[in-house]
Amino acid sequence: MPSNMRLRSIFLAPAVFVMIALFVVPLLITLAYSFLTRGPYGGVFTPWTFENYQRALDPLYLVILWRSVWLAAVSTLFCLILAFPVALYIARAERNKALLLNLVMLPFWTSFLIRTYAWMFLLRDTGLVNVALEGLHVIHAPIPLLFNDGAVVLGLVYGFLPFMVLPLYATLEKLDPALLDAACDLGATPWVALWRVIVPLSKPGIAAGCVLVFIPCLGAYLTPDLMGGGKTVMLGNLVQSQFTTARDWPFGAAISLLLMLIVLVVARALEKQSEKLL
Amino acid sequence: MRRFLSVYAGAAYLFLYLPLAVLSAFSFNSSKIATWRGFTFDWYRSVFHNRALLEGTVNSLIIAFAATVASTVIGTLAGYALWKKRSPWLTNALYMSLLAPEIVTGVALLALFQWAFRFGHLRLGLHTVILAHISFSLVYVVIVILARLRTFDPALEEAASDLGANRWQVFRHVTIPLLLPAILAAALLCFTVSFDDYVITSLVAGVDSETLPMMIYAMARKGVSPEVNALSAMITVGLGVLILVASRLERS
Repeated sequence: MPSNMRLRSIFLAPAVFVMIALFVVPLLITLAYSFLTRGPYGGVFTPWTFENYQRALDPLYLVILWRSVWLAAVSTLFCLILAFPVALYIARAERNKALLLNLVMLPFWTSFLIRTYAWMFLLRDTGLVNVALEGLHVIHAPIPLLFNDGAVVLGLVYGFLPFMVLPLYATLEKLDPALLDAACDLGATPWVALWRVIVPLSKPGIAAGCVLVFIPCLGAYLTPDLMGGGKTVMLGNLVQSQFTTARDWPFGAAISLLLMLIVLVVARALEKQSEKLL
Repeated sequence: MRRFLSVYAGAAYLFLYLPLAVLSAFSFNSSKIATWRGFTFDWYRSVFHNRALLEGTVNSLIIAFAATVASTVIGTLAGYALWKKRSPWLTNALYMSLLAPEIVTGVALLALFQWAFRFGHLRLGLHTVILAHISFSLVYVVIVILARLRTFDPALEEAASDLGANRWQVFRHVTIPLLLPAILAAALLCFTVSFDDYVITSLVAGVDSETLPMMIYAMARKGVSPEVNALSAMITVGLGVLILVASRLERS
């Protein structure tokens, strides 16, 4: 039906325009910039060069890459440990499953900035945790809880925990509870049954959750900036500083495209799940 | 094991909610430091008398409203079209925009705007922030609309066209009314992600378009202030209510 196709084209056109003009073209401009040279006062100039990508391999920047991957991996692991029992609990709950799941998601949709700030309020030297511990005479001087890698991991785990719970729940919910009973009837303790039966069967959910958490952690900017106090530099912070204070747009563009590339490679593991979403 | 799971899950929910609850509680603390000195509304009063914060709020609301209206309309149409027939190209672009780290999207848009400004005497401002917000929030609308359409019975549309309605009339008088709750849910979601955004906004905002999250960030950088606690409590409750309404609408 031709009129059918025409209506569809009209409906798609604005979205296609937005995605081209405000997503694809900006990335292509970034790509072009990444092969240019910075000017003496910022800005971008010819000649075209590969220098920005060569510079990215400097040990100074490889350390930042490694730190980003490491902190994202540690955060992902903590998310998994924290989320698995929660997802199992919700999947096994007799009622209110939707409510329990929504309660996990709710904080995620409120302000990320404010949730980070809430931890800063708790953890700083004059924050509630230190004040309380001093009041109880557990410690005599504030312990540095904020502005270190540990605080960054805490912030990332707190921020992206829901991304781990959701896919785990989706997998665990589908598992037949009889499997656990069968294992127990055959002599396994509940813990052994959990480890040998439930965990292996929920591998797809574990993989999906890990990818979903790892990706935003790797590209994190706000959490290392605020919780790390500028001392923990991750790839996102490097990109930001090149585009603002350092005024080296070509190098910032190269780093941001490398970051995007890693994200896309990691995301390929998720291709099947993405088809359900969009 | 059941008991272990309940205790563990309880602790996890505490972990999720306690920081926000404590922050909100201390927004009523009359002392500036983290020891309880008695109840007060002073910080809320001073938030409402802070001109800069009010201007930031107005900016954030203008941006969020404009971006929400545009994204919801564009995203609903696109979601409907994608439901009729897949478009791998658009789907991939939307999916990539969802995956792209905010900082990457932000600097790419900054590069775009700076490049575009060579051809006209324009500056960064509210308009650039609005365009950026449309770009990153569109995918959320499409996801919500598609999720709703997948549970949608095509027979309803077929019945309407059998009765002589053309494609547009079917869409206008059958599909839209049935989709309305999902459209509203998508709009609320869009509004919250737009109102809350800091990273992309801070890169593409001009000097005269500072938003509320940018002000909260600046204050958080400087140190804890009870006004920020009060402001945070209000925003958290406000956005929380919007999200609860949205999830209600999505399921209805």
